[in-house]
Amino acid sequence: MQITKLAIAAIAVLSVAACDKNNGLDDGPMDGVNGANAGMTGNSDNISASNLDPSSIAYFKETIGDRVLFAVDQVQLAPEGAATLDKQAGWLIANPNVSILIEGHADEQGTREYNLALGARRASSVSNYLASKGVPDSRLKTITYGKERPLEVCSTEVCYSKNRRAVTVVAGGLGS
Amino acid sequence: MKNFLKSFAIASVIAAQPISVFAQDEGTLRITIDEGIIEPMPIALPTFVAGSGANEYVQKVTDVIIQDLVGTGLFRAIPKDAHISTITDFAAPVEYANWKAINADALVTGNATNAGGKLTLQFRLHDVTGQRNIGEGMQFVAGSDSWRRMAHKVADVIYARLTGEEGYFDSRVVYIAEEGPKNDRKKRLAVMDYDGANIRYLTDSNSIVLAPRFSPNAREIVYTSYETGQPTVFTMNVDTLARRALDQTPGMTFAPRFSPDGTKVVMSLADRGNTDIYMMDIQSAQKTRLTDSAAIETAPSFSPDGSQIVFESDRGGGQQIYIMDANGGGVRKVSNGNGNYGTPVWSPRGDMIAFTKMVNGRFHIGVMRTDGSNEKLLTASFLDEGPTWSPNGRVVMFFRETPGESGAPSLHSVDITGRNLKKIPTPTFGSDPAWSNLLD
Repeated sequence: MQITKLAIAAIAVLSVAACDKNNGLDDGPMDGVNGANAGMTGNSDNISASNLDPSSIAYFKETIGDRVLFAVDQVQLAPEGAATLDKQAGWLIANPNVSILIEGHADEQGTREYNLALGARRASSVSNYLASKGVPDSRLKTITYGKERPLEVCSTEVCYSKNRRAVTVVAGGLGS
Repeated sequence: MKNFLKSFAIASVIAAQPISVFAQDEGTLRITIDEGIIEPMPIALPTFVAGSGANEYVQKVTDVIIQDLVGTGLFRAIPKDAHISTITDFAAPVEYANWKAINADALVTGNATNAGGKLTLQFRLHDVTGQRNIGEGMQFVAGSDSWRRMAHKVADVIYARLTGEEGYFDSRVVYIAEEGPKNDRKKRLAVMDYDGANIRYLTDSNSIVLAPRFSPNAREIVYTSYETGQPTVFTMNVDTLARRALDQTPGMTFAPRFSPDGTKVVMSLADRGNTDIYMMDIQSAQKTRLTDSAAIETAPSFSPDGSQIVFESDRGGGQQIYIMDANGGGVRKVSNGNGNYGTPVWSPRGDMIAFTKMVNGRFHIGVMRTDGSNEKLLTASFLDEGPTWSPNGRVVMFFRETPGESGAPSLHSVDITGRNLKKIPTPTFGSDPAWSNLLD
């Protein structure tokens, strides 16, 4: 039912069919849309699938993909990550008025200071990539959280791999 | 030992002085701290005699002294119910035979009086076998609400006279008090006595705070806070709680530590993804860059004479420990084993470096000499991190985090011999401890 998840906030039915859910990254909570979803349950056959407003933050998070993941102790972008950032860059250029903050995060397998430095590197890696794709440098701000803000709480690679991330937060803190 | 009192300068809060002049005697009773198996020294600490007004203090003062000494693992307190005599008059001669009979090597006799809000603690340390005093009797005078610190000072003197080394009981620890679930942890700055007593919270939990460190006189701390919206090094006065960002120029700063003279702070600054080490003069706010590689350089810590800085860098690939001169020159690699090394801290004696080691998926607290030799791992767990030295360089405190979704950190300490691992009680989770010097 991924389609239903995506359909909720749709106001206008737009023909952006490229709901790329194949990156496997996008399983975060849908902030602010669950209420609408609840109102439609029990009648899902009649829900007309449509797409998010492509200029919405929800679209950026869910459809573009707001995050890239990293290998252990690495800052290089994997091909999937670069593909996500290509889409981010296009979206950010098309939406020049949103503010951007790139958060760098690390998993818990490291010391605090090193992980802060590693998070800074990851955020910078994303920032540099977006700049290389035409997003003005002046719009790109970065912050590191090191291991301070884990998304997943288990202590295995399943969780670690999701915590080693850089999240592009647009227009005021809906991300991470 | 004759010079001992000189190092015990009369302080504004607690006044220390000899109470009577005995023939000075080095004494033969001495416990030597080394790598071998230690048989704790049996010591008798009968409850201090309650002089006028001091009834409510004598038991708790005696208990703190016992906890301090026994907590080192070097002493064993002979239980009170095994005592065959009591001390009822501090001035009367000690019946050594009564303490010899219960196999006490050392005996502490004490007296407390309390008048006008001023508590006076007097004590003598005895060599039971030698039937003589070890050092002079001493007294401490201070406001009665300082009874705990006074007890710690008594224990520090006893420890020093019996080990020949400075004590560490009249000291504090600043740390991060943590609460809440792992993915929504709330963090506050907290300060407490070294043993976990007298906790005071210095910040609310609105912003992430990390890794506080004391100034040499323990009145100021430096730490990292997100209250500006990004990691920023702050200084705070522990008494007034007045705080300010150390560096007013923008940029992510973290991992601060004071210089031994308290005039400078060395810290990391991340600029466009590259983390390097900077020195800042507190008065002038002048900032000097000490490293300039493309690698991560962080976790700097001064040598006690201020001439060198130990830090971690991944310039060689993995995270390793290096030392440089305090001006950034003369860099050399120190760590040389397998695995990664981080969070180096120079010992107060100057001869050792404590560190976190990560190898084969486990975390260790370890110590090594400053040339990297004699590496010794003191602990092992899922995640042990961030050692800090006791004022006398005999003990390191660190935090240990447990795995899994209910995983959480707590404070522990361990002797540098690897013995006496124990948890420090705190009301919440605790991380990032930093030990003060001995208080004035």
